[in-house]
Amino acid sequence: MDVSVTVNGYVYEEAVAPRLLLSDFLRHTLGLTGTHVGCEHGVCGACTVIVDGTSVRSCLMLAVQVDGSNVRTVEDLADGADLHPLQSAFHDNHALQCGFCTPGILMAAVDFLEESDSPTREEITEMLSGHLCRCTGYASIVESIHLVSRREGTKE
Amino acid sequence: MSTTSVMGGVVRRKEDPSLIQGKGTYVDDIKRHRELATAFVRSPFAAAAINSVDASAALALEGVHAVYTIDDVRHLGLNPAQVAVGTLRPFLADGVVHHVGEAVAMVVADDPYIAKDAADLVFVDYEPKDAVVDLKEAYADTVQVHDGISNTLLTWAGNAWWEGVIDLPDPSPGIQEAKERDDTVVVSLEMVNQRLIPTAIEPRAVLADWNSGYDSVELWSSSQIPHAVAGAIGMTFGIPSNKVRVVAPEVGGGFGLKLNVYPDEILCCYASRALGRPVRWTETRREASVASIQGRGWIGTSTITGTRDGKILGYELDAICDMGAYTHNFTVAIPLLGLFVAPGQYDIPTSYALHCVVTNKPTTDAYRGAGRPEAAYYLERIIDAFAREIGMDPADVRKANYWKPDQFPVTTQIGLTMDTGDYATNLDSLLERVGYEDLKAKRDAARAEGRLLGIGLSTYVEVCGFGPSALAGLGFSWAGYGLPTAFNGSGVVRVQPDGTCTVTIGTGPSGQGHETTWAQIVSDGLGIVMDNIEVQHGDSLDSPVGVGTFGSRSLAVDGTATYEATTRVKEKAAIIAGHLLEAAPEDVQFQDGGAHVAGSPDRSVAWAQIAESAYQPHTLPEGVEGGLESSVVFSPPNATWPFGSHLALVEVDPETGDVDLLEYWATDDCGNVINPMIVDGQVHGGIAQGVAQALFEEAIYDDVGNLLTSSLADYPLPAAENLPMFNLDRTVTPTDVNPLGVKGIGEAGTIGSAQTIVNAVVDAVSHLGVKHIDMPLRPKRVWQAIEDARK
Repeated sequence: MDVSVTVNGYVYEEAVAPRLLLSDFLRHTLGLTGTHVGCEHGVCGACTVIVDGTSVRSCLMLAVQVDGSNVRTVEDLADGADLHPLQSAFHDNHALQCGFCTPGILMAAVDFLEESDSPTREEITEMLSGHLCRCTGYASIVESIHLVSRREGTKE
Repeated sequence: MSTTSVMGGVVRRKEDPSLIQGKGTYVDDIKRHRELATAFVRSPFAAAAINSVDASAALALEGVHAVYTIDDVRHLGLNPAQVAVGTLRPFLADGVVHHVGEAVAMVVADDPYIAKDAADLVFVDYEPKDAVVDLKEAYADTVQVHDGISNTLLTWAGNAWWEGVIDLPDPSPGIQEAKERDDTVVVSLEMVNQRLIPTAIEPRAVLADWNSGYDSVELWSSSQIPHAVAGAIGMTFGIPSNKVRVVAPEVGGGFGLKLNVYPDEILCCYASRALGRPVRWTETRREASVASIQGRGWIGTSTITGTRDGKILGYELDAICDMGAYTHNFTVAIPLLGLFVAPGQYDIPTSYALHCVVTNKPTTDAYRGAGRPEAAYYLERIIDAFAREIGMDPADVRKANYWKPDQFPVTTQIGLTMDTGDYATNLDSLLERVGYEDLKAKRDAARAEGRLLGIGLSTYVEVCGFGPSALAGLGFSWAGYGLPTAFNGSGVVRVQPDGTCTVTIGTGPSGQGHETTWAQIVSDGLGIVMDNIEVQHGDSLDSPVGVGTFGSRSLAVDGTATYEATTRVKEKAAIIAGHLLEAAPEDVQFQDGGAHVAGSPDRSVAWAQIAESAYQPHTLPEGVEGGLESSVVFSPPNATWPFGSHLALVEVDPETGDVDLLEYWATDDCGNVINPMIVDGQVHGGIAQGVAQALFEEAIYDDVGNLLTSSLADYPLPAAENLPMFNLDRTVTPTDVNPLGVKGIGEAGTIGSAQTIVNAVVDAVSHLGVKHIDMPLRPKRVWQAIEDARK
């Protein structure tokens, strides 16, 4: 089946098998390997990307479902050499160790911060309940997102 | 050790920029031209004979290149990276399967979707047999997992493992005498330390590319031990080590799971050679649950005999340890590791019997802590029970039995030497920070109001930084891997011609930040700025030897090798810089990107100039050879013995049994610290995994050996909402085993935490009559324990 999709600002026209997962399409058809697959059944959250403004599990979607959509992956977060504030905060606060779950958490957090004004630590923790990290114990992740949200909150 | 701004300081990780931008390269991110994909046909039975395998329908599917069974690979023999105790795992099932998920056939196809389709079309005629699932039934040996072989492979007991090496007294008669005294109390508990699934978020992945033109093979594998994998490939296929390159690029979590040479690594090499194309396999989550190793899995009884003033006269541990169906790499050595630290921080006579028993379940092997969390659990739980029985504060009981600082080095009862320790100072530091007396008062006040608050305390000592190399002859031998060394580490430091530096080490990170920590060591020694130091790791051909990343050993061993190599480079660079500055080498100091004459900061030369001269031998003083690098292999004279004290505050909901972990404090001692931020991160993650065992995780099998928790929906890893903020601190008692004074921190959090939580929960409900609850302490289990006690 033919798919026309905008990914990170570029338009791709690809012929794909109907059963091809969006995660495999991004990683292996387009070569955007920053999106990771940890469980392929929608629990770990490593494969999270943003489709038409909403964070989704790319292992639970088919590539054909994003026909006509706009997809953002972790590769789109930094603006050239300028890191996204969340990326900088993760770096500053040791919010990643092996880094495998990180792209999915970053994409979910980007979506979350766009939707939430000055979230509490509890709200951040609740948002993260859909993401598994085996290395950090989460404290530094919560702290990083909280820091960015407060910085952005001061703009309002 | 000299000090600069980088050594011992918080330095942001060099690893992060690539990882936070999705630019890190994990195995499944690597692509080779014309690569093929693999799927395995796996047994749905825990025990069955295989009558026949019919692959004709699979082979008829378009895009399928091969279906291999044991008949194709039997000539390869057995995986050489297995300790030869019990029954070893064949590369594919050979006429019989011994656990659900065991690989029976391997399908190679154009892509993973076709490979999975074809795997479903392979028809295997199984004849199911009785499975041995329960540990006590396995130990009873009424049904044997492997026909004609006792389920108990061996028992680590008495001083048998050391027999003939050192003559040691048996403490058992003395403990029996103490039990019969009128003034002693005997406290005993049977406890389960449940099976766990390690669950790195990156599943294992393998990509093999056998090039018949060069007659060499490259293998990318998500592994903690690339050199060992290379050794096993070389031995299996009869090719020399310089024809095998095994690369572990970014590894998405290890935790011991990736510390085995797995059959799929060998099989992908075989298929690549046979088909003349690269062959890939990426594990699915269900495969990770049933086909890779698992951890823990003990049921045992610990007993303390002591006096009413808190003096412990004997500790006994008798446990059945689940090996699973086959013995792999360290399988039977895991209980032995536990035995090394069975008496913990205490000067107490210890008697133990650890029975290594096979079952029809996946193999167990090292999972974060590996035997030491189990040992700490059994000891620290029973010390709490003993304290409660005699009405003493659990902290006071522990202090009454510690090894004292002036007793170090301590020769343990089984003949090992503990390097350094100051246990009482460590515990006092924790208790003071916590405000222990106030916290107890707060607990008691809450209890008076009907709230169930509990305080749990645990201490631990671990043995890590493996070494000593002498251990290699005692059941840990790495020789099966074709490696020339056992428990050594390597570091190669090279100053490049432009004055930047490349460091190559025989160990690699799976999240631990080696690149940053090692760059700090080298930057501290040479004064080359962090940004100009690149640390290479995980390539079996790049570094001369590499035992791997496990047992909290990387820094203590390979880090020391790197430190020594740095020192040698510095000595030579001082000669060159002295020549350029017309100063004596001993007057040259390295700092801020170059060298200067001591006391004359203006008389300086940049690293670029030193390096340029080093690679122009005609400019060097007479007798100095060109080049500027050093390669050191370090053989640690002993293991290291980190320790610490942990404390938790929990609240139990009497209506639901739900446990709320309110606060967690830890004071660990890993000797000197190079990067406090990274060390704290290791402790955070370690505690999270201990809490996970205490409260959430368990590999559950039905009575015919089916794993009921093979998805992450059924196997509950803790999420952010399940974990508190951790309150961490350290004491610093450097080791004298290595010049860095470092001990290791990767496993400390896990070893110290599970029993801390359980001690806290039992403390919260002990006044209701509850003496013990087995992990994981899920609400129903806690509620049931309260109900049972009330009856």
